[in-house]
Formats: sequence, structure tokens, C-alpha cells
Amino acid sequence: MTAVAYVVGGILTAAAALALYRAVRGPSILDRVLALDVVLAIVGAALVLNMVVNRHLDNLILLVTISLVGFIGSVTVARFVTDRK
Amino acid sequence: MVNDVVVSVLLIGGALMSLAAGIGLVRFPDLLSRMHAATKPQVLGLLLLLLALAVENENWLLVPVLVLCWVFQLLTSPVSAHMVGRAGYRTRHLRRDLLTLDELDDVVARAAESHPPRPDRTGGTGREDDGGRA
Repeated sequence: MTAVAYVVGGILTAAAALALYRAVRGPSILDRVLALDVVLAIVGAALVLNMVVNRHLDNLILLVTISLVGFIGSVTVARFVTDRK
Repeated sequence: MVNDVVVSVLLIGGALMSLAAGIGLVRFPDLLSRMHAATKPQVLGLLLLLLALAVENENWLLVPVLVLCWVFQLLTSPVSAHMVGRAGYRTRHLRRDLLTLDELDDVVARAAESHPPRPDRTGGTGREDDGGRA
């Protein structure tokens, strides 16, 4: 189980690095928003991994909060981009 | 023992979804195809990871909470993807040569035909009345 935790952690780290690369490089602000949404999903995955490995349930409310933050953030930025004529 | 194997497979599957999204974000050419890649960890990856959590805990009381968590993500992520996609279409952040079909183009052309754009756009809110601009 510990080995699996390290493997999953490594995969998530690589995924977060790739998404952050796109967030830095992304030609438009929409690409950056999309990449940061993926980073938020990866953070949520890391929270679930923490709960599974350490056998607790404290992070569930954080999961809901993270999806709420991602929703509000991307909707706000999309509106801002569209309204700016 | 069986539980550990199932949990491991589910965890690795969920993590591979995130990796697929990362690779897709880096490799794909334009905004719309990157959006296609980005939805994988948000819905399917989260589902696999929450299943792993449920199997690991072996507690039926936990299942409604996890379903709530997942349904919330399932409701919010299409809405934000729709907003991002619409903003990308309106600001022309897409490569026309990669599209096989653009159904919205016909709709926009018809809307521009029946509602010609007004000469002054100072009073508009810029939300619904996007005549030929889309």
C-alpha cells in the first residue's frame, strides 16, 4: 500500500507539473484557466489519496470547496473575457 | 488483501486520468481540444478516487456523502466548461482548420441575417445582443 501511495503521488506530481507548464506557457488566458482547473482537480486527487493512505475523512469538505472555487473562478474569468469588447 | 488490490487499481486509474489531462494540455493544439483533455480528471478521475475511498472505508454511511461530492462536481464542471468554450468561440481562440463541423456558424449567420447589428453598441450590456459578433 505504501508503494502504491508513492506511485500515485509521483503520477500526480508529473500531471501537476505538465498542467502548470501549460498554465505558464498558455497563449491565452482561457488556456491558463483551463490548466488551473486541472491543477485544482489534481489537488483534489491528492486530498483523496491522503484520506485513503492515512485512513481519515477530514478532507471531504475541502473537496467540495475546491470544486466550488474552480467553478466560480473559471466562470468569472470566462465572463470577463467575453465582456471585454 | 482483495480490498487493497482493488483500492490500488482504483487509485492508480484515477491518477492516470490526471496524467492524461496533463499530457493532453501540453500536447493538444488549441483550446477546444485541450478542454476535451481537461475534463477527464474532473469527472472520471474523481469518480475512481472516491470509489477507492469508499472501498477502503467499507462503510455504507459514507456513500451518500461521496455521491454528493461527485454530483456537485458533475453539475459544476459542464457549466464552467460551457462558459470557457463560449468565451473561446467568441474571442476566436480556436483553429478553424482543425474543425470538421461548426454548427454554431450557421446559427450565428442566421441570427446576423434576421437581427442586423445596431450601429451604436454603447448602450448594450454585451451579453445577449451579440448580433454578428458571436
